[in-house]
Amino acid sequence: MTGAPKIQIRRVARSFGAAAALAEVDLDVAERELVCILGPSGCGKSTLLNIVAGFLAPTTGAVLVDGRAVTGPGPERGVVFQEYALFPWLTVTGNVEFGPLLQSRPAGERRRIVDRYLDLVGLRAHASKFPVQLSGGMKQRVAIARALANDPAIVLMDEPFGALDAQTRETLQDELARIQRVEHKTILFVTHSIREAVYLADRVVVMTSVPGRIKQIFPIKLPEARDRFAPEFTQYESDITRVVKEEVAKVRE
Amino acid sequence: MASLVSNVSTLVESGLRGPALTRRRALALQVGAVGLFLALWSGAAGLVVVLRLFNPIFLPGPWLVLGSLVELAAKGQLWGHVAATLERVAIGFGSGAALGVALGLAAGYLAPVRNVVEPLVELLRPIPPLALLPMFIVWVGIGETSKVGFITYATFFPIFLTTVTGVRQIDPLLLRAAQSLGARGLAIFTRVILPAALPDILTGLRLGVALAFFVIVISEFIGAEQGLGYLINDGRNFFLVPQMLGAAVLLGLLGYAGNAIVRLLERRLTRWQHPA
Amino acid sequence: MSRAAALAGALVLWAAITLGNRWLGVVNPVLLPTPLEAGAVALELGRSGELLRHVLTSLGRVAQGFGLAAVAALGLGLLVGLCVPLRLMAEPVIEFVRPIPPLAFLPMFLVWFGLGEASKVAFIGYTTFFPMFVAIAASVLRVDVVLLRAAASLGASRADLVRRVMLPAALPGIVVALRVGVGLALFVIVGAEFMGADAGLGYLIMDGRMFFNPAQIVMGALALGLLGSLINTLLLVAERRLLHGRAAS
Repeated sequence: MTGAPKIQIRRVARSFGAAAALAEVDLDVAERELVCILGPSGCGKSTLLNIVAGFLAPTTGAVLVDGRAVTGPGPERGVVFQEYALFPWLTVTGNVEFGPLLQSRPAGERRRIVDRYLDLVGLRAHASKFPVQLSGGMKQRVAIARALANDPAIVLMDEPFGALDAQTRETLQDELARIQRVEHKTILFVTHSIREAVYLADRVVVMTSVPGRIKQIFPIKLPEARDRFAPEFTQYESDITRVVKEEVAKVRE
Repeated sequence: MASLVSNVSTLVESGLRGPALTRRRALALQVGAVGLFLALWSGAAGLVVVLRLFNPIFLPGPWLVLGSLVELAAKGQLWGHVAATLERVAIGFGSGAALGVALGLAAGYLAPVRNVVEPLVELLRPIPPLALLPMFIVWVGIGETSKVGFITYATFFPIFLTTVTGVRQIDPLLLRAAQSLGARGLAIFTRVILPAALPDILTGLRLGVALAFFVIVISEFIGAEQGLGYLINDGRNFFLVPQMLGAAVLLGLLGYAGNAIVRLLERRLTRWQHPA
Repeated sequence: MSRAAALAGALVLWAAITLGNRWLGVVNPVLLPTPLEAGAVALELGRSGELLRHVLTSLGRVAQGFGLAAVAALGLGLLVGLCVPLRLMAEPVIEFVRPIPPLAFLPMFLVWFGLGEASKVAFIGYTTFFPMFVAIAASVLRVDVVLLRAAASLGASRADLVRRVMLPAALPGIVVALRVGVGLALFVIVGAEFMGADAGLGYLIMDGRMFFNPAQIVMGALALGLLGSLINTLLLVAERRLLHGRAAS
């Protein structure tokens, strides 16, 4: 692990016409860190992620990855979307091997990659299915496998479990934590669930309401395998909830 | 041609549509495009004359087309033709719509009606209405009745079908809710079924109007002395191409207007569907 | 009620009305041909090979006209969908031409191409071109941005985005557009064959009118309906095969 931060977000702001969605944000994300961005609806956290992903350009400021400015999307920053974004005309295998295919990897190597990541998310048995035949939880696992199969250093996740029911959500959180212990990616994870953030994150960044800026950062000093019912866990939850509630009250006004 | 497709940044930001345009820019582009179209048309027509490509009568420029309409209007003849066409469309569509909605509501609501009407509709539906135009002529001759009757027949189907669908697709929960609020019989029909089916009925009406204008032309080719379709076909005899094109354009405008009226009606009557 | 039952019911109703009319003498029986009479015409024409000739003539015109229009609609539709400036320029012009009923141009095509095959083929081509073109361009434009984003963050170049995302994503819409085009062609071919034709189902129907043979009109119309249903069913099966995996999309 080098000393320099993997992602540097420098005074990034974004407006849509006259409406400011994101006010100046400064944030460093270290290599192999999992940072959760938390905030009320519309606070611009998805906008921030889209800018880091390269889908939107910031109105001011810049995002640096490994010291180089981000000018567009790229395979070193994999993305997992809330709506899954699986290619409906491809099977699970077709989806997962999409990145390696673009890189012109030979068929044998592609097969090994697909097998490895489908095993990682536990979907090897469904390799020939089409997305329409899968449940929401399964689709998201395929999406994660697809993003990881490209071996990106960074994975950006935009409320990936937001469309799932509570049970599936917790299961996938467990899986993500397990995968992270194996893969050690740099992850930027947007969510509006405090519980989810405390469970997964090394640090939790709480955003203000629109136009969003960073309100407070909570380092989470919990062991790698976390117990959702441990008193320390609950303590973090209530601390963060208090801060978030201030911002939610402002949105309500 | 590298800029044929937007670059990756634009594609990931706004998809294939491209970024939204301001009102003014959009309008300017639209006017410019129409202008360009007219310019190209005029240019082509002029080129035909200058280069003697073929008899220029086959590709008259836009000014000639407009001129022919103006001439007809000046002679006081244009209105007669327009009125004839509009009258046939109005009466034909009106009767077709009335029959379609009435029968559609009945068939949608009452199973016995449905069982009688559905077989006939299933038989006649795949047959293009145009195929039966000669039948109307055989039955009632070449006059107005066959034309109007044919329009009625043609417009009946889409309106009938969408009305039946509209009634049958009503969420049974709505009916139960109404009943538990005390609604009975006729009240359920007028206060729940009709409003709920209205969007579908209006869609059917819009299709009916389009179809009416679609088929009126050909019924005016045969045995008519007035009407825009007549103008078009009659122009064939003396190669009056400007007249043919002019009448066609006029017909298009009328069809557009008819469509716009139904759309306006749609927006008014189903405002609850589009609160924005 | 199943389709087959409905059709059987219709046949029975038709027979009942026409035979009843024959018995009660309400209307001149010639004007209300019975199913048997229509069948007899079909048999006679079938035996002499005439029916086949007319059916093939109509189908041939449809196939040629549709074929030309499909190629043009695909090429231009994809082009317009991909190139934003082209689309913005084409849109107003399309909106201008689209409301004009294609049949209004039929006499024009007869003037331009004479009374032969070319005018019918050209007319079918013109009629089917615009709706297919508009629908194909629309399916390209409807491609979800999120799919483009997903592919881009997996390393897709612009060419990759077009080839590997846009085209497969637009395919279902394109296929539907083509199917609707065929339906439209079958819809208008009759009208095109009413005037200046000496073969085809439309001609047969018009001939039935000229020589006061309503049974022939009815037979021709039913033949057309049957043909249209058959072709539509075949196309739907082909469509399902082509898009087998995707179903819900």
